[in-house]
Amino acid sequence: MDEPARRLDEGALRALVPRVLAGLVRRGEDFDAAEDALQEAVLEALRVWPEHPPRDPRAWLATVATRRLVDARRSEAARHRREEATLAAPRPAATEEGDDTLFLLFCCCHPDLTPASQVALTLRAVGGLTTREIADAFYVPEATMAQRISRAKRALQGRRLDQPGDLAVVLRVLYLVYTAGHAGRVDLAGEVIRLARQLTLATEEPEARGLLALMLLNHARLPARLDPEGRIVTLDRQDRGLWDTREIAEGVRVLQSALAAARPGRYQIEAAIAALHDDAASAEETDWPQILAWYDDLVALTGDPVRQDPAAVLGRAVAVGHVLGAAAGLRETERLREVLAERHRWHAVRGHLHELDGDLPAAATAYADAARRATVVAERDHLVRQAARARAAGLLAGTVHPGAPRAGRSVGAGA
Amino acid sequence: MPKYLLLKHYRGGPEPHHPFPPMDQWAPEDVEAHMAFLKHVGELLEENGEYVDAQALTPVRTWVRYGGPDAAPVTTDGPLPETSDLVAGWYMIDVESHERAVELAAYVSSEPGPGGQPLYEWIDVREVMSGAPADD
Repeated sequence: MDEPARRLDEGALRALVPRVLAGLVRRGEDFDAAEDALQEAVLEALRVWPEHPPRDPRAWLATVATRRLVDARRSEAARHRREEATLAAPRPAATEEGDDTLFLLFCCCHPDLTPASQVALTLRAVGGLTTREIADAFYVPEATMAQRISRAKRALQGRRLDQPGDLAVVLRVLYLVYTAGHAGRVDLAGEVIRLARQLTLATEEPEARGLLALMLLNHARLPARLDPEGRIVTLDRQDRGLWDTREIAEGVRVLQSALAAARPGRYQIEAAIAALHDDAASAEETDWPQILAWYDDLVALTGDPVRQDPAAVLGRAVAVGHVLGAAAGLRETERLREVLAERHRWHAVRGHLHELDGDLPAAATAYADAARRATVVAERDHLVRQAARARAAGLLAGTVHPGAPRAGRSVGAGA
Repeated sequence: MPKYLLLKHYRGGPEPHHPFPPMDQWAPEDVEAHMAFLKHVGELLEENGEYVDAQALTPVRTWVRYGGPDAAPVTTDGPLPETSDLVAGWYMIDVESHERAVELAAYVSSEPGPGGQPLYEWIDVREVMSGAPADD
């Protein structure tokens, strides 16, 4: 990106995108064409605004996008006429002006789309990111991401977009973006928190606020999650002075307002657990009994939690380990063996519980098993370190004897 | 400028220079030194303008083939003989010559192992075919 563009307030530009797009679609423009035209207007704005800032940015975007729409119609008039019969009828202006974000999120998170398409379309049409930025965030070529977006929009053609959508799908898509958003070059986590904040203005649903709170309360710990060398620092070893207290305060406030509605759901419960971690001045002061109580609520949300929500059962096992003892926690993980035994997190949790139990050789073995199944380089490296550390500490304590070295190869390449 | 893959293996290849245990059984400081070296290699390649890509693969492998008309794909992901090659990851580099690729591969192979001693790990160097014909 060139120097002037960096001085531009890109956040403010992005925030205008859903409002302008919703305006175009309500006026009767086709969603697909309007979204393409607006993307071109955004690229133009990134180029032009640093030198010539517009007096009314929103009107500027709407005007340029409209001009592009007219151009596109002229140049493709023949093709347009052929396809007209199959295009969706213009959407009626059914929703209020203030619901732009919600309206567009329902379009982009249409249940007929694949999760990857929902994510890509949401980031472009609602988040106002460029195709290149989205491609960079997910480490795929720009052409691949462009194709994914246009396929998603083709899949939406002929679908009715004026129906209230499925808010649960929207929340899941936003959370998916958030969890994917820490690795890339674009701050997706920050973007999706901004979207969730807009969403909470458009709906009273407490789960929307629960999700916003959950993301804020986790994001607040981000500065402490990696050390300067890029190594993972687990929650119990993090420098809590690095946590963002302003984000924690906002997260707690949002969570309290959600809980006041007395309609709990998974995001509110997970946010409550995150808040309890954030609230502890040191790892030793963590209120594990309270956390366990929230996990009890979380697993009670599904009829067969082991199969429907194994992640919640696994999280609960950690809490059980801290409240009732490591052996009890390990017994809890046994219930998940059939479902999760091939996943690295199950082995990592067992490593943690064995360590809590003082059984360092078993911890080392579990961490090594976890490392072999990890799919993120930083996590794999962390688990190899945990295994080596637990094994060395066990040797020092005289609890294991080193076996004859097995012939083997170094694990892993890559930076 | 030709591109090369420097492939690292979990197993396979010529007889190892010397046996060594899996990394999770090394002393913690040796693990740190090894990982720091690999990070340094990536940074060095970027600084040199020779870096294209670096990826690590999980050790889980599934062989797949067409199952025939109206049949599901045939897969084998069961344990394979210990002798079969298993790629662990690679650096892709864009360098002046084959000699430079060999030089860099040897440097990667000098990565520190247990006790800080070089691993002398075999690196598989493969030239990547160019996509476009030469313009002449």
